[in-house]
Amino acid sequence: MKKELSFITVIGKDKKGIVAKISNLLYKNNVNIEDINQKIMEGLFVMTMLVDISGYKYPINKLNLSLERIGKEMGLRIQLQHENIFKMMHRV
Amino acid sequence: MAITVDEVFETAKMILYQNLDIRTTTLGINLKDCVDSDFRAFKKKVYDKVCKNGSILIKEAGKLELKYGIPIVNKRMSVTPVSIIMEAHLSKKKFLEMAMILDKAAEDAGVDFIGGFGTLCQKGLTRSDNLLIEVLPDVLSNTKHVCSFLNVGSNVSGMNLDAVNLLGAMLKKTAGKTRNALGCARFVVFVNAPEDNPFMAGAFHGIGEGDSTLNIGISGPGVVRSVVEKNKDCDLTELSEVIKRTVFKITRAGELIGRELAKNLKIPFGVVDISLASTTNKGDSVADIVKAFGIESIGAHGSTLAIALLMDAVKKGGAMASANVGGLSGTFMPVSEDMGMVEAVKRKSLSLDKLEALTAVCSVGLDMVAIPGNTPEETINAIIADELSIGIINNKTTAVRILPIPGKKPGDLVKLGGLLGIAPVMSVNRYSAKNFMKRGGRLPAPITSLRN
Repeated sequence: MKKELSFITVIGKDKKGIVAKISNLLYKNNVNIEDINQKIMEGLFVMTMLVDISGYKYPINKLNLSLERIGKEMGLRIQLQHENIFKMMHRV
Repeated sequence: MAITVDEVFETAKMILYQNLDIRTTTLGINLKDCVDSDFRAFKKKVYDKVCKNGSILIKEAGKLELKYGIPIVNKRMSVTPVSIIMEAHLSKKKFLEMAMILDKAAEDAGVDFIGGFGTLCQKGLTRSDNLLIEVLPDVLSNTKHVCSFLNVGSNVSGMNLDAVNLLGAMLKKTAGKTRNALGCARFVVFVNAPEDNPFMAGAFHGIGEGDSTLNIGISGPGVVRSVVEKNKDCDLTELSEVIKRTVFKITRAGELIGRELAKNLKIPFGVVDISLASTTNKGDSVADIVKAFGIESIGAHGSTLAIALLMDAVKKGGAMASANVGGLSGTFMPVSEDMGMVEAVKRKSLSLDKLEALTAVCSVGLDMVAIPGNTPEETINAIIADELSIGIINNKTTAVRILPIPGKKPGDLVKLGGLLGIAPVMSVNRYSAKNFMKRGGRLPAPITSLRN
């Protein structure tokens, strides 16, 4: 199947269990993690996950809502965005 | 090369903290094919076409909002200038009915505004144009979504002063029929109106356009302000570069959404209009960009240079980012919708006169300006004519959206609500141009139009 790559961006305060919670959700929903990076920027913990959502069976807003719920629980901003927006904005 | 964390963070920050958004997706549709000698059938065709297209727009735009995680704030439609399709139905009653049916179609489809209840009358007024202007106070007071425009001049036709001379009275009548003159916020008068502008109130589906087209308006004064604030000490050339690079990025986001949305709607993609358009959100303000440049308060000497630099950098960044940059592309300077502008008027650093000067280098004109309700109609006409002559002579679009608010005097603050913000009532020169304005006729096209 052709890959469909999106970025999950997590912004906030670093704490235990962020990766575990998100990767567990992704695993259960057949979403593969292709790459993970993290960095402290402007005093904020920023993590990006490049994920392949081609295996996800439901409408995409369901994944958005699940991520939002984790974000709320842990006091983080979590966003899901198709990789094309980053390619367009940051590559000529 | 893989996208880095820094790049993802930069985009996320723009959206989460700096109010970057797709300000509007505006679907333009041709209504000429709906014309029918049977007025009832005509109205039904218009309703069906607007409703069907509008509903699809809302659905598809919603999908992209989720896919890319960028808010698409407004979903709007523009139609063929209504005066053209009404040429064979010349009665006030029918004009009003047509406006009501457009309003209902917009409401039922779920689009927030429908633009195009207007006409191009830069050289003269047809009977239909006259009727349209006459019925506007009723249209603007009886509808919620219908927006109206007039194009009363161009640099190849000159300016139709007879048309301008109808507007002061029309605006005062509209102001009297709507709370706080709010109806006037849905009317804009232009010269050199772009036929593919996606922003309201002036959007319409130009007569040179195809059956349908999708135009995108993208905005981010907050993003530009933030990058200017980070570059406190650079000189003007560098400052221009910094703005260009930022605007390039946000225009690319508009290009991506526009192309994909047009593809999903199976219609041609029109233009990306990159216009810095303020909102009432904190920091999402063109006046605050000027402040970040190092000017205490917009309106101070130096502000015209600041806006000139900003405008040019925005255009250059936008032009590199998209093959189809169009519409107004530059910066808006609405007074009531931009909290930095409101503050500047309150502290008396920005007057109507300086605002007019700024519009000589910005992309639009006097926008969302409130004046006392007892301003004589000839003076309103003269304010409009002054602003529009700047456009005619300088080969650019200028426009006026002005609210004469009944019972209000200079210095009063009027809450307009929602996106329209708070209007500080500005003072108007008390001397009259009545005898000049009543000469009427047409300002001849300037010598610069003779290019053939």
